[in-house]
Amino acid sequence: MSQTKIIVGLGSCGLAAGAGKVYDELLRIREADNLDFELKKTSCIGMCFKEPLVEIIDESGNYLYGEVDVKRADEIIEKHIVNFTPVKEYLVKSDVVETKFGEYFDGQVKIALRNCGCMDPENIDEYESRGGYEAVKKIANEKIGVHDVIKSILDSGLRGRGGGGFPTGLKWKFANNNRSKEKYIICNADEGDPGAFMDRSVLEGDPHSVLEGMIIGAYAIGASDGVIYCRAEYPLAIKRLNIAIGQAHERGYLGKDILGIEGFDFDLYIKEGAGAFVCGEETALIASVEGERGMPRKRPPFPAVSGLWKKPTNINNVETYANIPWIITNGAAAYAKYGTEKSKGTKVFALTGKIKNGGLVEVPMGITIKDIIYKLGGGIIDDKKFKAVQLGGPSGGCIPEYLSHTIVDYDSVNATGAIMGSGGMVVMDETTCMVDVARFFLEFTCKESCGKCTFCRVGTKRMLEILTRITEGEGKEGDIEKLEELAYQIKDASLCGLGQTAPNPVLTTIKYFRDEYEAHIRDKKCPAVYCKKLLTYEIVSDKCTGCMVCKRGCPTQAITGEKKQVHFIHQDKCIQCGDCYSKCKFDSIVVF
Amino acid sequence: MRVLRINKKEVKPAEEKRVDLKLIEPIIKKYKNKKGNLIPLLQGTQNKFGYIPTEAMLLISKETGLKVSDMYGVVTFYAQFRLNPVGKNIVKMCHGTACHVQNVKAVTEDVQNFLSLKDGETSKDGMFTLETVACLGCCSLAPVMMIGDESYGKLNGKKAVEVIKEIKRKETLAAKAKDISNN
Repeated sequence: MSQTKIIVGLGSCGLAAGAGKVYDELLRIREADNLDFELKKTSCIGMCFKEPLVEIIDESGNYLYGEVDVKRADEIIEKHIVNFTPVKEYLVKSDVVETKFGEYFDGQVKIALRNCGCMDPENIDEYESRGGYEAVKKIANEKIGVHDVIKSILDSGLRGRGGGGFPTGLKWKFANNNRSKEKYIICNADEGDPGAFMDRSVLEGDPHSVLEGMIIGAYAIGASDGVIYCRAEYPLAIKRLNIAIGQAHERGYLGKDILGIEGFDFDLYIKEGAGAFVCGEETALIASVEGERGMPRKRPPFPAVSGLWKKPTNINNVETYANIPWIITNGAAAYAKYGTEKSKGTKVFALTGKIKNGGLVEVPMGITIKDIIYKLGGGIIDDKKFKAVQLGGPSGGCIPEYLSHTIVDYDSVNATGAIMGSGGMVVMDETTCMVDVARFFLEFTCKESCGKCTFCRVGTKRMLEILTRITEGEGKEGDIEKLEELAYQIKDASLCGLGQTAPNPVLTTIKYFRDEYEAHIRDKKCPAVYCKKLLTYEIVSDKCTGCMVCKRGCPTQAITGEKKQVHFIHQDKCIQCGDCYSKCKFDSIVVF
Repeated sequence: MRVLRINKKEVKPAEEKRVDLKLIEPIIKKYKNKKGNLIPLLQGTQNKFGYIPTEAMLLISKETGLKVSDMYGVVTFYAQFRLNPVGKNIVKMCHGTACHVQNVKAVTEDVQNFLSLKDGETSKDGMFTLETVACLGCCSLAPVMMIGDESYGKLNGKKAVEVIKEIKRKETLAAKAKDISNN
C-alpha cells in the first residue's frame, strides 16, 4: 500500500464548489498515469471559503490545498506527487510550511468538530481509530452508573447548544427522575435558522459522534427508542446518518444489551422533517414526529414529563450530542477548563456574510466577537467598514461594531439584546441596511408563524407591513414607536420561543441603529444605499463620454442626451432600477 | 402565516385522472397501522408523484382510516408538500440570511426573467419549477441555488442563468434522442 494519501473534502459546501469533479479528475489521473497514492473522502473541515479542499499526506508531512479546481488538481499532482515539490501558493495549511491562515486554526479548539474533515464519515473504522465509541465502551467496562454519567455532564457545565442554553445534565436528570418504562430520546437536527449550518457539517462529517452521544443519553435517562429529526433539505446528512446507523448496528452499539450492559436496549430511526421552522421548538417537533401539524403545546408539562406519545422525552441538539462522548472520555473537568464561569466549553459558529474567511469555527466560550471576526475571520471583505454582526438568526439580534468587545457566552450576549442561538454569525458591513435586515427576518418569522397565537400570527404581519413601508419610503412619524409597542405585545402574548423572540431583530436594530430608521422615515434616504426605492441616480458630468449605453437601456426613457454629450437623468421618470449604473463602463453614474 | 400557502387555483380533474395509484400501494402497506405514519405516507406519495394528488389522499384515507382533513391540514402546514404537479427540475433559490446579505434578490430576478416564472410557478413545458427556500446551509458560498440534489454556489445572475441553460440544453438533447429511438 502506498504511503501517500490524497483526501478530498466532499461535504455539501465542497460539492457545491465543485469537489466532486476534482475527485473524479484525481481518480482519472491515478488510472491514466498509473500513479501511486490512496484517494480518500472526508467532509467539511470548516474552511468553506477555500473549498474545494484537497489534502495530501506524504512522508514529509501534511499539506492542505485550497480552491482546487480541476486545473489546479492537475498542477498539484504534477508538482507535488510526481516531482515532490509542494505548490506553496495554493497551500492553506501545512505542518511543514507556514501559511497565512495560521491564526484561523490557532484560535480554535475543536471538540464538537474534532473529527470533521479528518476522517471518512462513511467509515466506522476510522471513527473508532480516532477514539470513537470509546466513551460507550468506558461506561460498559468501568460499569459507570447512570447517575455518574449524569453527574459528569452536569459537572462539565454543558448547556444546550441549540440556542436555549439550558444545562444538558439537568435536562437528563429530569428525564431520568421519571419512572416510566417507556422513554424517548430525540436529536433535534431541524436546523432551520437561515445562516447557520453547524449541525449539517457535524452530521455530514461525523455522524457517529452524534449517535454515540445519543446512546449515552439513552443510557442516562433510560430510553429505549430514539428519533433523529433531520431536515429534508440535508439529503447528504440523511444518507450518511443512515450508513452510520447500519454500521453501529453491526458492531453492537445499537440493539439489544448494548456492549453487554444488561437490559440496555436502544435503537433509533431518522424522521425527515417536512420543512417548518417552528419545529425547532421541542413541543412542535414532538407534534411533528407524531404526524401532526407542528404546532407548539403548552408547557408544563415539559417533555421530560410528558413528551412523545405522552411519555418522558429528552430532546437535545446535534452539537450538544457531539460534545457528550468527548466529555465522557476526557472527563468533565477537561471540558469545564474552557469557557467562562457560567458558559463552559466551546461553541461552533457559522461565520458568514461579508467576511473574508467564511466557514465554521469552534472557539472556547469567552472569546470576544472582535477576535472571531478579525483574527479567525480575517476581517471584512474588501476591507470595508464593519457595521454589525447578527447572532441567533430570526430569534436573535444585531450587535453593533462598538459592542464588538462583547465576549461570547450566553449571559453576555443576552445582555446586548441578541441571543447566542444555534451559532449563526452573519457579518454585515457599511453596505448592509439594518432596516432591511430587520424586515428580512420579520418576513421569515411572519411566514413561519404557525398561527396558533394571535399576537404572533397577526402582530408579525403588522410589523412586517410597517417595515416594508419604511424601506419603500412611505414611513411615517410614530412608526418606530408603533413597532416597539407591537414588539413587546408579541413577546408577552406568544406561547413558544418563535413568537417570544420574533421581534428581537427589530428591537435590537432600533436600539442600536435608530438613526437609520429615522433617515428612512424623515429624509427618505437609505444611509447604506441599499433600499431601492430610496436611491437617487445621477450622472457625473466630467466622467460621462456620451456613449449612450445607459440611454438605450433605460426602461422608462428617463435618460436624455446626444451622442458624445453629457447625459442627464430625469428624476421624475427614474424608477431606480439601477440598469444604467450597472451598464456604465466609465463609473460616471453615482448613486446615493 | 402558514395557511397562506394554500393554492387557490384548482387542479383540473383531467390531470388528476392520470395518476397511477398503484405506485403508492407499497408505501401504504409499509406504514399501515404504525403510529405517526401520516407524514411518512405523504412524503412517500410526494416522492412518487412530485406532489400530493387528491385521489392519493382519498386512497390513503380509505386504506388506513386517517382523516383527509388531517392530511390536508398537514400538507398545507409544511413547506415540503405540494398540492399541484411540479416541473422535472426544481430550482430552489436560497433566501437565507447570508444569501440575502450577498444580494440573492438580484440573482433570483435574473433567473425569474430567464425562465419567465414567478416564485412557486412551473414552466409550461414542465421542465422547471422555481421556488425560494429559507436556507440550504451552504452559507459560505452565498448566494446559492439547488437544482435536484445539486447545489451551486458563489452565483451571480449570469452564472445562475448559465447553469439553467445548460440543463435545458441537456434535457432538450435527451428528449430528441428519445424521439429518435421511439421512431
